[in-house]
Amino acid sequence: MNYLPNILFVILLVLGIGYFSKNVQKLIRNIKLGHDVNVSDNKSQRWKNMAMIALGQSKMVRRPIAGFLHIVVYVGFIIINIEVLEIIIDGIFGTHRIGLSILPEVIYGFLIGSFEVLAVLVFIAVIIFWIRRNIIKLARFWKSEMTSWPKNDGNFILYFEMVLMTLFLVMNATDTHFQSINTGNIISQYIAPWFSGLSESALHTVERTAWWFHIIGILVFLNYLYFSKHLHILLAFPNTFYGKLTPKGQFNNLEAVTKEVKMMMDPNVDPFAAPAEGTENEMPAKFGASDVHDLNWVQLLNAYTCTECGRCTSECPANQTGKKLSPRKIMMDTRDRLEEVGKNIDANKGTFKEDGKQLLDNYITREELWACTSCNACVEACPVSIDPLSIIMDMRRYLVMEQSAAPTELNNMMTNIENNGAPWPFNQMDRLNWKND
Amino acid sequence: MSELLKVPTMAEFMAQGKQPEVLFWVGCAGSFDDRAKKITKAFVKLLNKAKVEFAVLGTEESCTGDPAKRAGNEFLFQMQAMTNIEVLNAYEVKKIVTACPHCFNTIKNEYPGLGGNYEVMHHTQFLKTLLDDGRLTVEGGEFKGKRITFHDPCYLGRANNVYEAPRDLIRKLEAELVEMKNCKQTGLCCGAGGAQMFKEPEKGNKDVNVERTEQALEVKPDIIAAGCPFCNTMMTDGVKAKEKEADVVIMDIAELIANAQDL
Repeated sequence: MNYLPNILFVILLVLGIGYFSKNVQKLIRNIKLGHDVNVSDNKSQRWKNMAMIALGQSKMVRRPIAGFLHIVVYVGFIIINIEVLEIIIDGIFGTHRIGLSILPEVIYGFLIGSFEVLAVLVFIAVIIFWIRRNIIKLARFWKSEMTSWPKNDGNFILYFEMVLMTLFLVMNATDTHFQSINTGNIISQYIAPWFSGLSESALHTVERTAWWFHIIGILVFLNYLYFSKHLHILLAFPNTFYGKLTPKGQFNNLEAVTKEVKMMMDPNVDPFAAPAEGTENEMPAKFGASDVHDLNWVQLLNAYTCTECGRCTSECPANQTGKKLSPRKIMMDTRDRLEEVGKNIDANKGTFKEDGKQLLDNYITREELWACTSCNACVEACPVSIDPLSIIMDMRRYLVMEQSAAPTELNNMMTNIENNGAPWPFNQMDRLNWKND
Repeated sequence: MSELLKVPTMAEFMAQGKQPEVLFWVGCAGSFDDRAKKITKAFVKLLNKAKVEFAVLGTEESCTGDPAKRAGNEFLFQMQAMTNIEVLNAYEVKKIVTACPHCFNTIKNEYPGLGGNYEVMHHTQFLKTLLDDGRLTVEGGEFKGKRITFHDPCYLGRANNVYEAPRDLIRKLEAELVEMKNCKQTGLCCGAGGAQMFKEPEKGNKDVNVERTEQALEVKPDIIAAGCPFCNTMMTDGVKAKEKEADVVIMDIAELIANAQDL
């Protein structure tokens, strides 16, 4: 017996899964660069959100065309991957269509038949996606942040899926044994005649080639995920689980600030008191965020989850009226910077070496941050519970509290609030004058 | 008319050893902005008509801190919040109503974490309960059959999922409620939120309020109804920019209800 194919297969499988696991570890390490945030509350609501939003695609269908096509690809992708199980068993043990020998023929036929139908549906959906991106040129796919890699990434994923679906169908069509049983070849029986001129051995070669490329393609695709916006197929699940549960208008109250404000307002506090034992060397907390490690890990998970669909940006009032702000770009910048920091850590034996760059200014400009109306349209639009607004707010906090770099008019507004308890220069003692106007 | 307005303060209630049914949080716009003051008065007239025992803080009220927080100044926000909470808690306030969605959102969602726990209602929600309880009645009056579109304030709608109370009130006027292409969850901001009210917009090709006003004008309303003093200003400016002042007016829901009653 010749075990070469089996050995080759196992090596490919180990390499493919091994490299992917390595990158997953890196992904987790990078996400953990964010500071901690308590998301252990209300588990039942979180499970429900994950089931509805990620598994159930409830927010995808708010845009019915894209939503429907996405469900086709999503269901197809999950179900067709059952076939991968057979491929792996066949590959390792040198069997051929192990399913046929363990399942009743009619059940096997039903399974493969549904995979074939789904493969065609996925193929059609992916073609329509491609047309929407490249021929119809939907505005949200052609915004300024969607050039070079992000634009190519979107198309590569579609080509990948087209190729994988084709290989699956060709593999079935050229499998003479499978065709002769004539069960489950709902689609491939119509593809088989395209190869009718070929000899038995040539057919076998085509079938084997398609089989090998199919599994290699899947392994390559798996490893492509880490470098692509396509990570959402995995991260949408944790991301919807850890998504915000409080009302969208509720922004967190910074605890470090609460402590200081309470001290300021407490007449019994001695401002000259020595710091409590053991706290002398503590760094004062940094207010707000200027770089990725100032964000919390859920915000960083958000960045890796973003699939750059642009629904947020297309709903953003600032973006709609030609301002530079794009909530999608906020997420893409956060991920790009996080990746840069991750590579820096890899290159410097596990510690981050100051690189003179940060998320603020090197990636996200102040002009973008100040254009936000905090209207939550982006948060509402996101099909996977990403919250770009929280990052914008944390960065504004850094600008105002660490750098005193608010726009002049906002400084005037804040001075008014401080001095007379209103954003305009009116005397607090005149607050009830309206009664007599 | 104005001399007929009864606007007792918390201090006066306290002096009599009484508690009002609800505290009316007027807000900075409602106290100082000429346009918003009309909304405040309309709402007070309705409270008087329904014989609601309410009180205001008057000179003891101060900015909730919302614009400071959205601008990124958490210090100033928490200073304001804690000062306000001290006052509210000293008066043992339980229930608050406000005509400003920003005050509504801040007191309802962000004050509890700092020690301020109250039942907070937007004035459209409060008016709806008055109608449901039969304390206030409303007939269409001058608005019968008029085309009215409602502009969802972000901090009432998306931020707090209140979409129906203002719409129910418009329906009560026997008016024709028409929806803009962007409404409820997908409502477009007026451009004032996130402290934008107090600064010039960033460079772009249009102002947000003009974009939103165009959406409103598309449905050819007689009235654009608002539920926020800032949206009201932005939409009024938008209508001016489109030179449509003669065709359409911007009114707060409280004004609609009060006018329908000829108050």
